[in-house]
Amino acid sequence: MNMSFISYLINGLSLGSVYAIIALGYTMVYGIAKMLNFAHGDVIMIGAYMALLAMTQAGLSPVIAVLIAIVVCTVLGVVIERIAYKPLRNAASSLSVLITAIGVSYLLQNIALLAFGSNAKTFPSVIKWSGITLAGGQLSISGVTIVTIGVCIVIMIVLVAFVQKSKPGQAMRAVSEDKGAAQLMGINVNGTIALTFAIGSALAAIAGVLYCSAYPSVTPYTGAMPGIKAFVAAVFGGIGSIPGAFIGGLLLGIIEIFGRAYITSQMADALVFAVLIVVLLVKPTGLLGKKIQEKV
Amino acid sequence: MLKKMNKNTKSNLITYGMVIIAFIIMQTLIATGSISSLLEGIMVPICIYVIMAVSLNLVVGILGELSLGHAGFMCVGAFSSAFFSKCMKDVIENGILRFLLAMLIGIAVAAIFGIIIGIPVLRLKGDYLAIVTLAFGEIIKNLVNVLFIGKDSNGFHFSTKDVMGLNMEPDGTVIVNGPQGITGTPQDSTFLIGFIMILITLFIVLNMINSRDGRAIMAIRDNRIAAESVGINITKYKLMAFTVSAALAGGAGVLYAHNLSTLTANTNNFGYNQSIMILVFVVLGGIGNIRGSIIAAVILTLLPELLRGLQDYRMLIYAIVLIAMMLFNWAPKAIEWREKHLSFFRKKKEAVK
Repeated sequence: MNMSFISYLINGLSLGSVYAIIALGYTMVYGIAKMLNFAHGDVIMIGAYMALLAMTQAGLSPVIAVLIAIVVCTVLGVVIERIAYKPLRNAASSLSVLITAIGVSYLLQNIALLAFGSNAKTFPSVIKWSGITLAGGQLSISGVTIVTIGVCIVIMIVLVAFVQKSKPGQAMRAVSEDKGAAQLMGINVNGTIALTFAIGSALAAIAGVLYCSAYPSVTPYTGAMPGIKAFVAAVFGGIGSIPGAFIGGLLLGIIEIFGRAYITSQMADALVFAVLIVVLLVKPTGLLGKKIQEKV
Repeated sequence: MLKKMNKNTKSNLITYGMVIIAFIIMQTLIATGSISSLLEGIMVPICIYVIMAVSLNLVVGILGELSLGHAGFMCVGAFSSAFFSKCMKDVIENGILRFLLAMLIGIAVAAIFGIIIGIPVLRLKGDYLAIVTLAFGEIIKNLVNVLFIGKDSNGFHFSTKDVMGLNMEPDGTVIVNGPQGITGTPQDSTFLIGFIMILITLFIVLNMINSRDGRAIMAIRDNRIAAESVGINITKYKLMAFTVSAALAGGAGVLYAHNLSTLTANTNNFGYNQSIMILVFVVLGGIGNIRGSIIAAVILTLLPELLRGLQDYRMLIYAIVLIAMMLFNWAPKAIEWREKHLSFFRKKKEAVK
């Protein structure tokens, strides 16, 4: 095995970790609200801009900048849910909430466009550590890569524990299974859904900062592509499943980096979408998804 | 005479009449020179957007599935027809004949893509279908960007790398140049052709909606399982609506390709953004309402040209209007409110009838 292969693999894991963190947001929201939150990718972009502003304009330390980004995105996620999605929760057509989500995505992009301009802004890495060098200098792994993979694993473990063990986590699982029955058991359904959006958006902020640290620039359209690819990852792993989002994200990151390296860089996006199409046609429930029988 | 006609026919005649009158007015204004050349130049794009909006409405409004890759079919139609026109530029001298053939080729290729993509995609529904159509749209755009085709004395050469990869004789010419696209397509699109295309599109779509096929498609939209249980072939009718829509989008693409001298595929003309833009037209015009789509497409294409100052805020306003429209039209609370407060108007209307 040569060194470039390992280096691509690690880069793929790093990119995949970012996809996994974003995909967690998608998969939780989809599991509980049964809607595709198209605006999730743009929350990532807002998070990156907030961290950037906090670091460059206010001169705060990276840790505080990340915290600010998380807080802003959490509030944003809850507000979006409250204003745009909640009124449509029991709408006759499921198309309506999807189109609204596309509208919110467009709105966020254009607000960012007006506020920050269309030019790409350089994003200073939040991780100052330069990384490690292995195998006598042949293989170097950047600090961002290591931190990204680490953060992803920590988030994953915490989230699984939260959903499985804690009271709000149990409420989430109950609401995703049957909203009506959960309400009868005294669970605050609206509160639980809002909490899901809050967690998803907070994760999006972390993902935004990590993504922009690895690819050091941010534009109003930064979030759109990773957002869609993370959705692909969520579907790949089985939507609604937290470990599925993790595995799907990692696999997708590796596929993308290998595609870029060994096939052609122009077709990497197409390759990711091809994965989505194949998964949906062969195993629509994803790797770890459960099959739900349709009732008449 | 009007009284005897059924409601659908009357409504359709109003739609045709509206388009024809608008065309005559604009044509007179252009002939007398009372509108700016800028506005004159936007006439063909308006026709393109009207066709796109009407054809997307067939999928979103009549079939009830959200397609986010509609611009991909436009891209297919545009590139296949531009390729044909450029190859045949010296062979077929007659511009109208060449354009007619290019149109047929563009539509046919888009329809074939519609079938190829439709067969797997239509097995899915709802959010999954939307995201897969988006994926196909992006794949088409990516593929076109790595496609190189050249022609020399030995015939055609293909490559997905660069111009050098074509291995052509020195006399060869590059026809499709990857990200640079196709240059030097004959500019055959005119307002008149666009207008005729709109009429043909309307004729196809409106007749389809009011036919047996159209009713079957709408039955699938309203309740798939019930439709299946009365013996409607779901796959066939879904594929029919999807393919017709793709073919019409291909036709719009042909108009697009022959309106510009340089044809490239980027996010704004054949990508995700364009698909969303068309969706905005459909939603604002009213999902399932063909006449509404036409009006929305015309107004929203004209408006930014007339209000140059609002250019920066255009997309922002679209986004807000899109959200507001969806909330107002679909939220259960809003529907309740409308029934309570606006029922007065409805009653009055009924009384007049």
